[in-house]
Amino acid sequence: MANVSSASGPRDLRAAGLSMSWTARIGWLLLVAYVLYATSILDFSFDRFVVGLENAADLIGRMFPPLFSRADLRDLMYRGLMESLQIAVLSSAFGIILSLPVGVLAARNLMPGWVTWPARGLIMLCRSFHPIIVAILFVKGVGFGALAGILALIVASIGFIAKLFAEAIEEISLKQVEAVRASGANFMNVLIFAVLPQVNARFIGFATYQLDSNLRNSTMVGIVGGGGIGGTLLSAFGRFDYDYVCAILIAIIAMIMVGELISQRLRALFL
Amino acid sequence: MTVMAVPDSAMTASPKSAAIAVQDLVVAYQPGKPVLKGISLEIADSSVTAIIGPSGTGKSTLIRSINRLVTPTSGSILFDGQDLAKLRGAELRAARRKIGMVFQEYNLVERLSVMENVLTGRLGVTPVWRVWLRKFPREDIARAFDLLAQVGLDGYATQRADALSGGQRQRVGIARALMQDPRLLLADEPTSSLDPKTSVEIMELMTGLARARSVPLIVNMHQVDLARRFADRIVGMADGQIIFDGPPDALATEHLQQIYGGEGWLT
Amino acid sequence: MSTTVESLEREWSRFTPAQRVGRYFTYLIIAAAVVWALRTVEIIPEFLADAPEQMLDLFQRMWPVDWSHYYQTDGMGVHHALVETMHIATLGTILAVIMAVPVGLMAARNVTPFGPANFLAKLILAASRSVNSLVWALLFVAVFGPGPLAGTFAIAFRSIGFVGKLLGEALEEAKSGTIEALQATGAPWLSVLKIGYWPQVRPAFWSIAVFRWDINVRESAVLGLVGAGGIGMVIDTSLNTFRWDRVAMALIAILIVVLAAEILVTFVRKRIL
Repeated sequence: MANVSSASGPRDLRAAGLSMSWTARIGWLLLVAYVLYATSILDFSFDRFVVGLENAADLIGRMFPPLFSRADLRDLMYRGLMESLQIAVLSSAFGIILSLPVGVLAARNLMPGWVTWPARGLIMLCRSFHPIIVAILFVKGVGFGALAGILALIVASIGFIAKLFAEAIEEISLKQVEAVRASGANFMNVLIFAVLPQVNARFIGFATYQLDSNLRNSTMVGIVGGGGIGGTLLSAFGRFDYDYVCAILIAIIAMIMVGELISQRLRALFL
Repeated sequence: MTVMAVPDSAMTASPKSAAIAVQDLVVAYQPGKPVLKGISLEIADSSVTAIIGPSGTGKSTLIRSINRLVTPTSGSILFDGQDLAKLRGAELRAARRKIGMVFQEYNLVERLSVMENVLTGRLGVTPVWRVWLRKFPREDIARAFDLLAQVGLDGYATQRADALSGGQRQRVGIARALMQDPRLLLADEPTSSLDPKTSVEIMELMTGLARARSVPLIVNMHQVDLARRFADRIVGMADGQIIFDGPPDALATEHLQQIYGGEGWLT
Repeated sequence: MSTTVESLEREWSRFTPAQRVGRYFTYLIIAAAVVWALRTVEIIPEFLADAPEQMLDLFQRMWPVDWSHYYQTDGMGVHHALVETMHIATLGTILAVIMAVPVGLMAARNVTPFGPANFLAKLILAASRSVNSLVWALLFVAVFGPGPLAGTFAIAFRSIGFVGKLLGEALEEAKSGTIEALQATGAPWLSVLKIGYWPQVRPAFWSIAVFRWDINVRESAVLGLVGAGGIGMVIDTSLNTFRWDRVAMALIAILIVVLAAEILVTFVRKRIL
């Protein structure tokens, strides 16, 4: 820490975190200016905000107590949640399986350029769009329902897992690979014995993270027709049944938290 | 430059009966800048040949050209009836199975166990499903245990490779190479990462096992005293060419000066 | 070798028996889950078979892309909506960071050595993350009415969990030496924060903020689908009128913006962090 007692110039004070450099000051100023500019452009007035707060209070009042008592609505909710679970399980399973070869093909230290370019292009394509948008496209392609949601989340899974998997492969020690190659092993054996052991742990991390992410997204794809509880939620909003909305939200949060626990267990078991 | 010592006639062998014959090998990583400038060398059966020379002179390149970790620009490498320099794909893999290699930095798969690392030597002949499930044949596992005992690592089979010391890892490396039941053993600076005492132990182990199996061993090293002590034949390289080839006793100080020091050899 | 007979009796396997049982059990459960899902999910096989044809039809309808849609001035144009989306993302991130700082401070065990407070903070952060940004958008549209105000708050409330969690972790990694020295001099709490924690946490702080901004750019683009402003609303309108060529224009615009944001973020990361 700078010695503040002796004659401390601006540089010492900056080093001590007591003062800001001119670029930092200008940076903060620009930030504040931007906020003022943007809020005015978007027409955020204080009045709207106050009205909003009143609405919020009203909304929260109507959400409680959450509506769990009606059996038919509970059934509907249960079926929606189950469908979301199915979407999450299937898209994760197929997404993980597909990401393995795609990731390997995209690794520039293992594959020649004419293989990695298309693979990396595919991965980039999968990542470019929000899963919801991909779901919309699939809804058009395969109709409403779980299939569209599953396909959309498979695409999202590949975009995430394959990318990180390829990056992990590119970071491995090639010396270990070289030694296995020198013994005359074929490509698959080299992959299994020299490449995979080095990236296994990270792959499992990515896969469990995506499982969790798919579970969250599976509750949402229904909003655009991709099956699952999202559709139920959307129609509840549309009918202003806020107590039912609250019940559904609670159920979703509970399912997601259980899913997180399971992910952690899976990770601990495989690592 | 001319060869400094005429090799003993017992050392030379005609290409047909030599275990391995390198002819006019040229390796250039960049066009026009050859690292190996026409190497010709014949190794008879069951001998230990040490290649010495300063860094960057191509010792490693020469060794790695033999099992094609490096691709030669021109020349041929005759081994077991084939020209290694021209092989590709499945044929190359088949040829590599007969050549075992020990590396300077051991190159073990660190996350795998000692046993798995030794079994790496059999990956060339084990089908993929067995490798995936780690269901290696019992004979392979038995041989692996044997080899571990021979390199002095009895009882280490289930340890993870990265839990071992440098010397122990190199022993696993030797066991791995021998697991292939090779017709030729290569060692690329096997003791450069080890302390002096361990270096001697490893050299003793390696040369002893190679001789016991009648497998020729070509070692690449920069410790001249070790070379003198363990090799039957010393090949001195400088500037991409062989400038000494003979038994250890024929290696005199002026040869060493010409290999390692003096302005003429530093290009 | 003479020891071969003994050696043949020595077994080796990759996993201990206990590990193997555990793994088989896990594989079984995973397989059971997948089989259950496959059997119970409602997929109409005809739709699956029809899919390639439908997708092809979709792409044919998207081409040629309606480029003129970009600068439309009737309020439906892509450009205007894109700008709005960027504002939603940026303001939302700024708001989130402002709100996340106190929560993050409360969640860090070294800053707030008070168990119940840590727990409460972590609960808030977990709740924020568990609710999808689309759901936050639905809620805020109900509160503020449709438009970018709802979108900004949705982004903000969703991001608090992300930023607060990472911020809390960064705070917990701060070296205690400097902090303790400051506290020993009797410095007021705010000074301890500013001089003790801030310099250590600063690089992580900006990294987290920028990272979340990048994600929020993507998220903001879809919020409009439920009425929360931005390009999502344009896409929604185009979808409802089956103008796939306009949808294509909007998607291309999003793609370019997301790519630009990625490049910007990588640049900032390299230079400043």
